[in-house]
Amino acid sequence: MSEVMEQILELTEDTQKGKFLTFIIGQEEYAIEIKYVTEIIGGIQAITEVPEVPDYIRGIINLRGKIIPVMDVNIRFKKEPKPYDDRTCITVIDIDDLSVGLIVDNVAEVLSISDENIVPPPDARSGFSNHYIKGIGKVGNTVKLILNCKILLGDEDLALYTEAS
Amino acid sequence: MVMDSGREPMLEMFIFETLQLSDQLEQLVLNSEKSNSFGAAEINEIFRIMHTIKGSAAMMFFDSIAGVAHAMEDMFDFLRESKAVAVDYSKVCDLILKGIDFIKGEVAKIESEQDADGNPAALMQDIRSYLIYLKENINTSSPSEYKPEAAATIDLDWDMDVPARPDLFVKFGEKCYKAVIVFEEDCEMENIRAFNVIHKLSEMAEVIEHHPGNIDDEECITVIRENGFEVVFAAESSQEEMESLFCTLAFVDSFQLMEFDLAAENLTNQSAALPMESDPDSIVAVKSEREADNGAATAVKQSLISVQLSKLDKLLDLVGELVISETMVTSNPDLLMIHDRENFKKAARQHRKVINELQDIVMSIRMVPLAGTFQKMNRIVRDMSKKLGKPVDLMIHGEETEVDKNIIEHLSDPLMHLIRNAIDHGIEEAPDRIAKEKPVSGSIKLEAKSEGGDVWITIRDDGRGLDKEKILNRALENGLINKPENELSDQEIYAFILLPGFSTNTEVTEFSGRGVGMDVVAQNIEDIGGSVYIDSKLNIGTTVSLKIPLTLAIIDGMGIRVGGSIYTVPITSIRESFKAREEEAFTDPDGQEMIMVRGECLPILRLHEMYKIKNSVNEIHNGIIMIAETDNRSVCLFADELIGEQQVVVKALPKYLKRIKGIGGCTLLGDGRSSLILDIAGLVSY
Repeated sequence: MSEVMEQILELTEDTQKGKFLTFIIGQEEYAIEIKYVTEIIGGIQAITEVPEVPDYIRGIINLRGKIIPVMDVNIRFKKEPKPYDDRTCITVIDIDDLSVGLIVDNVAEVLSISDENIVPPPDARSGFSNHYIKGIGKVGNTVKLILNCKILLGDEDLALYTEAS
Repeated sequence: MVMDSGREPMLEMFIFETLQLSDQLEQLVLNSEKSNSFGAAEINEIFRIMHTIKGSAAMMFFDSIAGVAHAMEDMFDFLRESKAVAVDYSKVCDLILKGIDFIKGEVAKIESEQDADGNPAALMQDIRSYLIYLKENINTSSPSEYKPEAAATIDLDWDMDVPARPDLFVKFGEKCYKAVIVFEEDCEMENIRAFNVIHKLSEMAEVIEHHPGNIDDEECITVIRENGFEVVFAAESSQEEMESLFCTLAFVDSFQLMEFDLAAENLTNQSAALPMESDPDSIVAVKSEREADNGAATAVKQSLISVQLSKLDKLLDLVGELVISETMVTSNPDLLMIHDRENFKKAARQHRKVINELQDIVMSIRMVPLAGTFQKMNRIVRDMSKKLGKPVDLMIHGEETEVDKNIIEHLSDPLMHLIRNAIDHGIEEAPDRIAKEKPVSGSIKLEAKSEGGDVWITIRDDGRGLDKEKILNRALENGLINKPENELSDQEIYAFILLPGFSTNTEVTEFSGRGVGMDVVAQNIEDIGGSVYIDSKLNIGTTVSLKIPLTLAIIDGMGIRVGGSIYTVPITSIRESFKAREEEAFTDPDGQEMIMVRGECLPILRLHEMYKIKNSVNEIHNGIIMIAETDNRSVCLFADELIGEQQVVVKALPKYLKRIKGIGGCTLLGDGRSSLILDIAGLVSY
């Protein structure tokens, strides 16, 4: 019985492996591993502002009784904040039991990128520093920037933030 | 629901508890049987369980259960006293398990609304004779304790000490009878049989007097054996009817029933000044109440279940979601197209009402009164004061204060430590107390109250207090002090005892002194986000206050709007709110705005400035001033307007956001939006 269970679990794991949710921020297409994504909320619901937080944390929302913080990825990437429209989505990701909503311009699609099509980002030492990206995926003749969710949620920012409070 | 009668919840509780206890007992016995020995701890536990069952069964008048429980208790009393080595454990276990089965069977009968009519005599006889066998065959350390009478007698917890009264009452139309009952020769426990008779009689008659009067006393057994049991009672029924009743009584060998002339004292004075527990009247009342219950459609069954907390959390979340979707439906823009919405509005109102009710109930499910945890402390105080020979009174206040289930679980250990500390270190030995002109008996006050959305639990003893010098020296020795001594406040000094491994007590006692304990308290309380405060006066006593946080407590909150945001202020922190005129506010040279309220000068805290909120009211006279206070410190909050009062469930801010000064948590508003809860204590010290 337990063997069967394991097989099924492996299978589920397998179906999620190599799949990415892509979304658009500014001009770029980004991708995050599907296993982190718990849900996508279409449209922006009322966000309660929270004082004394970094500007990219837009506030908190109520997700079925669970309070989660939402982060505007545009601002997080130090881009011009875009006004929210009906294409704006909140992508809820769950990492280490930490749920955070990511405000993105537009969710594009779910696609598979095989390991051989993922190349590491340019070395940080070459002067090109982009620690949010953990890989670059090639799909056809476009590229998707694969986000490192852990860094996106930002331990160092969290620490920084703890100091500020 | 089933709450209408006072009796039924008790009966339910009894069923639930007894079944749970018998299960526990069964496990214990089985485990002991496996290891082929009864450890002292197990025997004590079994003893405790048996005692509880006996006590509650006697209280509920299920004397068959009480009897069996008592016999089993006697058995373990013997085992415990004799520390028996060569007992046939499997035989003991057999008997005990049989007893458990009997009790379970009886409880099952009660549950299915039948009379608990099982006859325990054979079983009790078995246990008793085996006990005698044990006592005779094993040369115990205390053979002098051998008392076959005691083993056979049930010392039930009720008191039938009915005094002979001249103010007898025989109602109109009732006849007075006198019966002399002789029990079967070898039925044993005549006093219990006699009680049974009275009990049975009280169903259809009023028992006036019986002889011997005190059937609680074991000595009356001999009297009953010799002279029979005399009972005088009044009943409407005819002599034949009464006779047939007597025929159905168990263990009755013969009886004489005659009409009895009471004309001389035939008064209608139904005096209520009798002691409650000894008044047959009250038995009648209780009995008939039970009958009424049985008659009602509500079935007596177990209505308590244990539920996974996570399920409750989910339920709470779902109800929250339901509230939002309700708002989404009722304020749907599409509705604007329909002109006549009277019927819709009616239905929506009803819908809203049901949802509100649902929300309230779900919220209340998780809340548990502190009473259970507090009651446990009684036992600790009792045991310790006996062991240490220090008489101590425990006073409990506010045990009805409700706290979230999660929090309760973390409270038991710290409270136990604190109580132990108080008795062991705090309360002095009796001679010392006399020398200090204190009452010989020490007192510990355990108190709970909710204040400002927090729950405060204080443990106050009137003992010797903390020795500041000693703590200071000890802290210096351990290199814990990193600022000048004279800058340390008393509170800071006392707080050293909360550090791990810090004990000023040089001797380690059974209960405390190892330096663990207070740090466990601090750790446990911190785990639930609370804090510990210690205050003490030498020779007057020590007070330890535990502040338990808001987390998932339900509070009454007042919504205030600042710009586009709504903040919630715990109602308990609000002193008043008012509109101020512009000229009432003034600014000191440091730029601190202040306002004079009835001769008191209070600082104004502009929430919109503090939290950098745009589009809010700036002029004092356009907004509202709310005086919030905590720990006798006040601050005037300046907001745009009051929204209204609402009961809210406090939720912790997402971990990701860490702590924000002045924010104690967040909550969901009725419309599904979230609101931040202001932590007044944090704001006052801002």
